[in-house]
Amino acid sequence: MTDVPKIELRGVTKSFDDKHVLRGMDLKVARGESVVIIGGSGTGKSVTLKCILGLLRPDDGAIKIDGQDTTRLRGAQLDAHQAKFGMLFQGGALFDSLPVWRNVAFKVAQQPGVSRKEAKRIAVDVLASVGLSPDVGDIHPAELSGGMQKRVALARAIAAKPEIIFFDEPTTGLDPIMADVINELIVKCVREVGATAISITHDMASARKIADRIAMLYEGRIIWQGSKKEIDNSGNPYVDQFIHGRAEGPIKMQVRKL
Amino acid sequence: MNPLAIIGRAFLEFLAVVGRLVEFAANGVRHCFTPPFYIRQTAKQFLDIGYYSLPVVGLTTLFTGMVLALQSHTGFSRFDAETAIPTVVVLSITRELGPVMAGLMVAGRIGASIAAELGTMRVTEQIDALTTLSTNPFKYLIAPRLIAGTLMLPLLVLVGDVVGVFGGFLVSVYELNFNAANYVSQTWQYLERSDVTSGLWKAAAFGFVITLMGCYHGFNSKGGAQGVGKATTNAVVSASILILFANYMLTGLFFAGK
Repeated sequence: MTDVPKIELRGVTKSFDDKHVLRGMDLKVARGESVVIIGGSGTGKSVTLKCILGLLRPDDGAIKIDGQDTTRLRGAQLDAHQAKFGMLFQGGALFDSLPVWRNVAFKVAQQPGVSRKEAKRIAVDVLASVGLSPDVGDIHPAELSGGMQKRVALARAIAAKPEIIFFDEPTTGLDPIMADVINELIVKCVREVGATAISITHDMASARKIADRIAMLYEGRIIWQGSKKEIDNSGNPYVDQFIHGRAEGPIKMQVRKL
Repeated sequence: MNPLAIIGRAFLEFLAVVGRLVEFAANGVRHCFTPPFYIRQTAKQFLDIGYYSLPVVGLTTLFTGMVLALQSHTGFSRFDAETAIPTVVVLSITRELGPVMAGLMVAGRIGASIAAELGTMRVTEQIDALTTLSTNPFKYLIAPRLIAGTLMLPLLVLVGDVVGVFGGFLVSVYELNFNAANYVSQTWQYLERSDVTSGLWKAAAFGFVITLMGCYHGFNSKGGAQGVGKATTNAVVSASILILFANYMLTGLFFAGK
């Protein structure tokens, strides 16, 4: 059983009209492992996460969770599949009509037999674990700073103790110090919950901090993967260009649309 | 290019849109009748769509009833038929103008706000976030709105009918020197129950169309602020046109059923 990867993608392809975003993506993530997918904008990182979540249906290929293919699920089975996940969205995606504590306890409060009081207690606990005081729970997300919103979003993602957590550019738009705070919280929370994690980012400092393993996505395929220690000696010119942030190299940025 | 091909392509595109819309509507209706039900959300929509639309609907039908009395007086005085004014006012309001005017005003008020709210939730990934929190967006966002729209519009129109007839009464009594008691008794004289109920059935259909258009365009909006703006416009325009179209079809149906 331990040999079965928690998440396995095999030959996943996804196109939008004539734009081929994923062109045969393969990836294995072991139980409890934290994998960071790096890659430039528009290389299919977000699409990958949405395919695994079942928000998008891949055109071809298999996505297995615990060895079970999930690409054909519908109805109640799809709901059960999606219940395993927690996700931290890039912009937070907090519900602005609800106060912070109801955002955090959103999933927990829907489980049968959880009273409002109980849900609020859980929300306060989870908020504390991301370093926010209980009175933050009563204000609305729009009144919070970007860093606080990220922390609330992180709290919401982990509150129901999901088996798998996705982080979509967790540090984008934060100052370096707040970014590091979030990185440390991610590492701590993933460890506490014992979850399997996939993060996507182009922030190398963040990748080095939260990854057990790093994979680089380029033109819809994983072109390199290895532990975070190996990344500086990958011998892969694409990876080298990316981690050092050079404009010159094998990856050509299309500055102007032809 | 072959002009027939252009016509054919436009027609196929139209059929595709109709197909997507019908699928969306069927999905929405199905989720109205299958648990879990979000009572809180539904109650909030009842308040928004029903209660807060009262002033708009009341004012619109009041002035419609007033102008109806004046205009029909202009026409009927030419062949000494002023006594028909109360009947004309009450029949026009209950059968036709009450539901249509209320429908169009609510389309502007509610259709736009639903499209803008759901559109913003879509582009800020809040709708995706719902899915990752084990909540079906159709059940949480769309079903409550469809239910509230379909049930509240008839109630609004019922109030609008009374206010509209009262508008006609005011003008007739204070402007055209009708006897108040005579006016009231003549209003009742030729009024049949089916005049009112046919208007209320129309109202229910309009309420469904308004909320469906708001939800459909908002839910499927893409591309940031501009996309949300476009969704809002499309929701109001398509709801208004569909209201006028459905109004004719339903009137034809009631007419044939007599």
